[in-house]
Amino acid sequence: MPDAPGLELIRGEIEDGHPGAVLDTGFEYEQAVLAVDPGQVLAVLTWLRDAPGQGYRFLSSLHAADYLPAEPRFAVHYELLNRDRVERIRVKALLAGPAAGNAGDAQALPEIDSCVELFPTAEFQEREVFDFFGIVFRGHPNLTRILLPEDYVGWPQRRDFPVGGEPVTFTFNERNYG
Amino acid sequence: MAEAKTQSPPEVDPQTEVMTINIGPHHPATHGVLRLVVDLEGEMVRDLKPVIGYVHTGIEKSCEDKSYWKVIPFVERMDYVSYFFQMEAYCGAVERLVGLEIPPRARYLRTLFLELNRIHSHLVWLGTTALDLGAISMLWYCFRERDKILDLVEMATGQRMHTRYFQVGGVIEDIPLGFEQKLREFIADMPVRVTQYQALLDRNEIFLSRTKGTGIVSRERLLELGVTGPLLRATGEPWDLRKAFDYLAYPEMEFKIPVGTVGDNYDRYRVRLAEIVESVRIIEQALDGLPEGPHIADDRKYVLPPRSELSTSMESLIHHFKLVTEGFRVPPGEVYYSIECPRGELGCFVVADGSSKPARVHFRDPSFVNLQAFRDMAVDSYVADMIASLGMLDPILGGVDR
Repeated sequence: MPDAPGLELIRGEIEDGHPGAVLDTGFEYEQAVLAVDPGQVLAVLTWLRDAPGQGYRFLSSLHAADYLPAEPRFAVHYELLNRDRVERIRVKALLAGPAAGNAGDAQALPEIDSCVELFPTAEFQEREVFDFFGIVFRGHPNLTRILLPEDYVGWPQRRDFPVGGEPVTFTFNERNYG
Repeated sequence: MAEAKTQSPPEVDPQTEVMTINIGPHHPATHGVLRLVVDLEGEMVRDLKPVIGYVHTGIEKSCEDKSYWKVIPFVERMDYVSYFFQMEAYCGAVERLVGLEIPPRARYLRTLFLELNRIHSHLVWLGTTALDLGAISMLWYCFRERDKILDLVEMATGQRMHTRYFQVGGVIEDIPLGFEQKLREFIADMPVRVTQYQALLDRNEIFLSRTKGTGIVSRERLLELGVTGPLLRATGEPWDLRKAFDYLAYPEMEFKIPVGTVGDNYDRYRVRLAEIVESVRIIEQALDGLPEGPHIADDRKYVLPPRSELSTSMESLIHHFKLVTEGFRVPPGEVYYSIECPRGELGCFVVADGSSKPARVHFRDPSFVNLQAFRDMAVDSYVADMIASLGMLDPILGGVDR
């Protein structure tokens, strides 16, 4: 794991090529975290993967979280791993939520670039994030729902989606309460 | 008859016509409710698309509505074959969030049960996969040993599966009297059984011809696809999180990482069998080196007080009441904790928002990620080899769909 000065060096080198790409650095529970601008996430991931001396070539996991009511509301996390040095680094792209009032409008979904070209392992995981959070990955080869039915409406892992919001259709209930 | 002859069928050669067929979701060879949309040209698989989600139960969402300690039985039911691993990934992540150190005896007991579970998982895999390949008797032999493991687990935890044995801070109970002796009998027996399995399969002409040279994917491609576990090690890559990262008692254990050479289905089978033997070694060392002391941390803010204290100590009663009704609160933060599951890297990502319920629980399930490699394994091979590859991939659909 890069230490605090190492993380600042990484930040500095990324900023040289891509000004404004890294918004913040930090450590969370002994894990180095780079918070990046979602518009430049691909540049940062490419740099971390390919730059000499970095070599974070293995994407362990890609997942998202909803920090409602914080703003920006969503984050997509990339858990990168350098298997030679056994170092992990987390890249966190913060995304603003859908504009208030027109939630549910497909145009208002938050968007981020897909990293399937860089890390083919992200294909299923990006589909899963899209499925549950409604985050659109631009350039994904087949961005459809993966675990939920294709005709499902809503983004169930968002924090404003109620738990138990889906009524269970028992035949007894149907018969008696329509 | 005559009329049918005058209507000439479309000009297709049955040898080269591509036919799309559906395998599953209810098919015994798919090891669960996995649906495969397969394009066939004769007997050759030309394209393949796994369709998943048939047992999606929204466990990750349900976890957000439960206090931290009530999430444990939920996550066990994702990958229902390696339930101890799910518990460890989740409990370990929460322990890191609250900064709780677990006592040495708990570390050893957890290691012991994880390895017992690894043997159990590999036995289920070997029995069902050999069944797919026509070696029906293997199922009975493997499930005979699996039953011994379940008996041991029942003896220590009270449940045969989904035990809820690991707690935030340690394990719920110490192992009972007589457990050690029974476990020693089992680990003396298990390596002999493995040689028996090998004797049954390694010179079985049908098994060999169906596994050797089939389902090969290069090491580089597997790494690109994020594949971990025995599938990756079968290609000769000695990558094992138990060695790479320090967690539980693994740094103190001596064991090898079995690897294969070419990465075909036969190597995958050999790697898993060798892993069973290594797990037996770890269990033996964990038993020999089992430290004395408490089996759970004594931080009363996170760990239930012992039952005996409840009738004498008001403080304990208050702590007990608080823990059972509200649960403990976890300071805001997020953590990703990964361990080596029988199928690869099992990661648990937990976001805490300061309340007594997790704001997000996500599992990076190895079956889910490994399934992406299935297309590479099966395309341009025979249908029969595809079935063999799927068995050797060893996906658990409860873990894929969560």
